[in-house]
Amino acid sequence: MPKLPAPPIPSSLQAPPPRPGEGNGKPTARDHAAEAGTTVVDWVDERTSLSGGARWLMFRKVPKGTNWFYTLGSATMFAFLSQAVTGVFLAMYYRPDPSGGAYESIRHVTNEVFLGQFVRGMHKWGSSVMVILVFLHMGRTFFFGAYKYPRELNWVIGVVLLILTMLMSFTGYLLPFDQRAYWATIVGVNINGTGPLLGPYLSDFLRGGPEFGATTLSRFYSIHMLLVPGLIAALIGAHLYLVAKLGTTAPPWLKAEQNPELREADA
Amino acid sequence: MSAKHDKHRSKYTLDREFPGAFEGETVTRRRFMVVGGQGAGVIAAASFLLPALGFAVGPIFKSSPHRWESVGSEDLFNPDNYVPVVLTLNSGVGEAGKTTAYVRRFNPAIDTDPYDRDMKYIAISSRCAHLGCPVRWVDAAERFICPCHGGVYDLLGRRVGGPPVRPLDRFYTRVNGNREVELGPRFSVNSELQRFSPRDPGEPLDGIGQYAYPSRPGAQKL
Repeated sequence: MPKLPAPPIPSSLQAPPPRPGEGNGKPTARDHAAEAGTTVVDWVDERTSLSGGARWLMFRKVPKGTNWFYTLGSATMFAFLSQAVTGVFLAMYYRPDPSGGAYESIRHVTNEVFLGQFVRGMHKWGSSVMVILVFLHMGRTFFFGAYKYPRELNWVIGVVLLILTMLMSFTGYLLPFDQRAYWATIVGVNINGTGPLLGPYLSDFLRGGPEFGATTLSRFYSIHMLLVPGLIAALIGAHLYLVAKLGTTAPPWLKAEQNPELREADA
Repeated sequence: MSAKHDKHRSKYTLDREFPGAFEGETVTRRRFMVVGGQGAGVIAAASFLLPALGFAVGPIFKSSPHRWESVGSEDLFNPDNYVPVVLTLNSGVGEAGKTTAYVRRFNPAIDTDPYDRDMKYIAISSRCAHLGCPVRWVDAAERFICPCHGGVYDLLGRRVGGPPVRPLDRFYTRVNGNREVELGPRFSVNSELQRFSPRDPGEPLDGIGQYAYPSRPGAQKL
């Protein structure tokens, strides 16, 4: 197999050559200042060789016919990043106290904190946005046949990410600790409990005991903000690695084009 | 060459002609270091993973002490209709730890099951046997009705309609020295009103379904 040429760095990102007749060849302080960013990047790159990886990740060849549907994955990731950032700041105000503190802290965020209602709204509505985007992304992958060889593992990772997103929605729903949150969680935990043989143990694990108790809320909070986000971030990393490694697929309506040069070299 | 000094069979590395082998050595230093290093890694990981896992799943096996709570004097209750009472299942979580039970005096005319004769009061849990929503006793209909998914139960808590898989749970009752009715632990009943250890909602106690949901080790019927 002949090797495809390495993807070039776009000309806008390449350093321009020095203009002729400028200075006497010695770098001036102005040159140093202008080059400061490059110097820092070079210093890091000399010690880490990160630029190769960054180039490998970003300057990939994409197939002809790539269209807006291919942005659904990135959109999902940005929805997750938005949830992560707003979630971190909500956590600064939230108290997982079932005897009234949780509801009170949410009320405080919504009614009294500057931009609190906005940030909480971003987190609340953003969760629905993320679920919708996950499904649209999944549908795109399915209808474009992008789950086929060699991308099956990425489909599997995507399904795990879907389940984790559902778990995030489930555990996050309890946290406002109003009537809706409480009863929805009672019903949700009991739905988990209807799984044969292991179901009762699963609901005991979720509640932290046979009844909805003192630690149920903090359990959900811990799962919601520590356990699952870490897993999601790690799996998004694996998902992206496989996308960069395997490349994206062309839309199914595009026919494969034979490159005559490659054909000759092959023969 | 005897079997002991066979190149492939011998347990001594010297016989198997490993480079740098010592006299009497059966495991190479490289292999020893690999096994030892990985073993140490496994022990180190297990020493924090196992306690953390046990910590997380421990509550499944915890048995809570029986709690008896007085819900009012005997005069409050009658054999013909239910009186709602509020009792605390979990202290320290405010309203979230409370539940409602419907209590009436044992009535030989309607309570036909022989098991109830040792309890003078019938206490029906308001937790729906479908998915745990709170049912309400509707006097006019003489039915317990669940607001969530339409479960309907009769006077004895037996399912007469909707998705529930078994009758409503009950609480043990007793009368204390001050002639007050006390409610104790929860128990579940099957469609014949036979007692079982408490189960979560959605877990049937009749037919093949009763074998699919093991009871909780820490909570048995009295």
